[in-house]
Amino acid sequence: MNISLFVACFNDTLYPETGIATVQLLERLGHRVDFPREQTCCGQVHYNTGYQDETVSLAKRFVDIFSDAETVVAPSASCVGMIREFYPKLAILSGDRKLIRDVDDLLPRVYELSQFLVNKLELEDVGACYPHRVTYHPTCHSLRMLRVGDAPLRLLKKVKGIDLVELPGAEECCGFGGTFAIKNADTSMAMLTDKIARIKETGAEVCTASDNSCLMHIGGALNRQREEVKVVHLAEILASTEAASTETNSPNSGYKKSGSQNSGSTESGPTKSGTPNP
Amino acid sequence: MSSSETGIHPTFEKTARSFLDNSQLRSNLGHATRTIRDKRRGVVDEMPDWEELREAGRQIKQKVMQNLDHYLLQLETSVTRAGGVVHWARDAAEANRIILDLIKERGETEAVKVKSLTTDEIGLNKALAKEDIMALETDLAELIVQMAGDEPSHILVPAIHKNRSEIRDLFRDKLGKPDLTDNPAELTEAARRYLRKKFLSAKIGISGSNFAVAETGTVAVVESEGNGRMCTTLPQTLITVLGIEKIIPAWQDLEVFMQLLPRSSTAERMNPYNTFWTGTTEGDGPQEFHLVLLDNGRTQVLADPAGRETLHCIRCSACLNVCPVYERTGGHAYHSVYPGPIGAILTPQLRGLSDKSAASLPYASTLCGACYEVCPVKINIPEILVHLRGRVVRHNKNWGGIRGKVNPELMGMKWLAWTLRSRSRYERAQKMARKGQRWFMHDDVISKLPGMLSGWTAMRDLRPVAEQTFREWWRTRS
Repeated sequence: MNISLFVACFNDTLYPETGIATVQLLERLGHRVDFPREQTCCGQVHYNTGYQDETVSLAKRFVDIFSDAETVVAPSASCVGMIREFYPKLAILSGDRKLIRDVDDLLPRVYELSQFLVNKLELEDVGACYPHRVTYHPTCHSLRMLRVGDAPLRLLKKVKGIDLVELPGAEECCGFGGTFAIKNADTSMAMLTDKIARIKETGAEVCTASDNSCLMHIGGALNRQREEVKVVHLAEILASTEAASTETNSPNSGYKKSGSQNSGSTESGPTKSGTPNP
Repeated sequence: MSSSETGIHPTFEKTARSFLDNSQLRSNLGHATRTIRDKRRGVVDEMPDWEELREAGRQIKQKVMQNLDHYLLQLETSVTRAGGVVHWARDAAEANRIILDLIKERGETEAVKVKSLTTDEIGLNKALAKEDIMALETDLAELIVQMAGDEPSHILVPAIHKNRSEIRDLFRDKLGKPDLTDNPAELTEAARRYLRKKFLSAKIGISGSNFAVAETGTVAVVESEGNGRMCTTLPQTLITVLGIEKIIPAWQDLEVFMQLLPRSSTAERMNPYNTFWTGTTEGDGPQEFHLVLLDNGRTQVLADPAGRETLHCIRCSACLNVCPVYERTGGHAYHSVYPGPIGAILTPQLRGLSDKSAASLPYASTLCGACYEVCPVKINIPEILVHLRGRVVRHNKNWGGIRGKVNPELMGMKWLAWTLRSRSRYERAQKMARKGQRWFMHDDVISKLPGMLSGWTAMRDLRPVAEQTFREWWRTRS
């Protein structure tokens, strides 16, 4: 299948290893991946903060860039939630008939990574190996907006060597909420403190999710508190293979010396040799 | 009592902080909301047609809002035909004046009250007290709150922020019973004895209402303690304040709501006391019935097609009990009788966005969606929150003067959108951020940011811009 990757702006800028892992995983599964370079942002930050006019222009841009794609896959549940849930409403609000049509046409081809694998490709075992104790945090937008259900868990359960532990109170928000974490920093932190306590209860080495935004929030506090638990995006776990996991004993970390950040993800995390095109 | 409905209040984020520091409050709230939440899930999961009921509830309410003018007149006709008197109140002041006059005309100085948010919304008790009329709350939790000179912090469980030893101390003091223990049965008995005397002597009863049936003129109160039944049947005169959104078209519609409401609110299959009355009946119950129809901002909510769904609310409080924000801050941080997620969308619409405190409420949410999932009439609270944020932004831009036009968030968002509209600008910004972030980095992370962004780094580190972005990596492989 020809897949156009929408990497999401903060993955592109802050978490390139997630994008790289997504490419390696999809190519390993035999698909051709393309990265339309004009892409920037889906507009979620603007929309959720109340800047709807600004969002319309970004939505138009997104639709133009991806209109010819066979399939669009993104390793970000909240961005896909934004696109699927709100683009149609924004298009109607804008009164732009072409945009309404284009959104309608494009939406059925836009997938979040775990939904793409489980629902579209009907895959659960993607041939990954990740010998670590892992707990899964279902992010709010993946759970209640995008309704990915147990797709991520079904994928994780089939990962070789993984020790998957249930997160108590998993469905409760981590307190991120975009600008909420800044506008209501104290309340956000009170929620995050409880989430981190639950994560620590599991004794997991790694907390994973299908959104780096929530993981950035959780990881930011774990790092500040000098905790050993790492945050790792689902895509990176699914991209990891036996060859890679024998080289290192420590899981990929959200926080690494910046010098080794990218090379780290290609060497110690997912596949070493950047997989060739099928 | 509800001074929270009048005057100027601080914003949510300012007040939340002080409540977060109160660990007793957080533990009382955490325990109480978790208990109700789990019980609710039990009685909802046993219903095979819960989703259909929710959808039915939503559709009935939608029909009411689309034809409210018609149903209001129909209700007036039905109530009048059954012997009641209907009054129309544009706002809180008008409603309070009507009730005050009714009590004074009858030469009374006391009234017994059923727990009612609507009368709290208009600050009725305070307005009556100003003219030396004592309105006594008879719901146990409302009584506790009234005695403590406090304010309710939850729609359904107004004293949720108090534990039983705090209540024991209050009753010892106010009821003159120094030997009381904190045994709930004993505390309830003390309140019951105090209240019983009041019920038997009161000439005026005041209530709100859960539903009013336009077709028949029937008014309903559902409750758990029986105090509502006392207030609506024993006094000679009954005055009911009804928010105009509480109307339902037909008797049969109660079938839907009488299933949705108790399960969502008290997690019961049925409320212990369900009182319905239609006008007056000679020789039975109150001989005078006055229904005050209250607008107080509701038609303003109705005028906004994207926000009007807020009026569907049946005040069950399920959204409060699942809200992670409410669970941490409690109800008082919302400075309104309507706290939690529903309050965050209702209060700003009722009061208008020039009220800074009300305008801060749509931001008191992570948009996690837990409220929408439990709402028995399917109010899409997260979507309305976002809609209201949009209205706040436009309001500040248009009415906020020069400060509204040059505020840092607005300018930042405009700059960001401009940057994101072009690949080259976006890529240039990535490179600039990578250079600029050096000044803020310690141990390979950003641990201190200036201005608005300091809220993040006060307690969290931030990942810096990568040495090689994804798109730079992509370029190296092709």
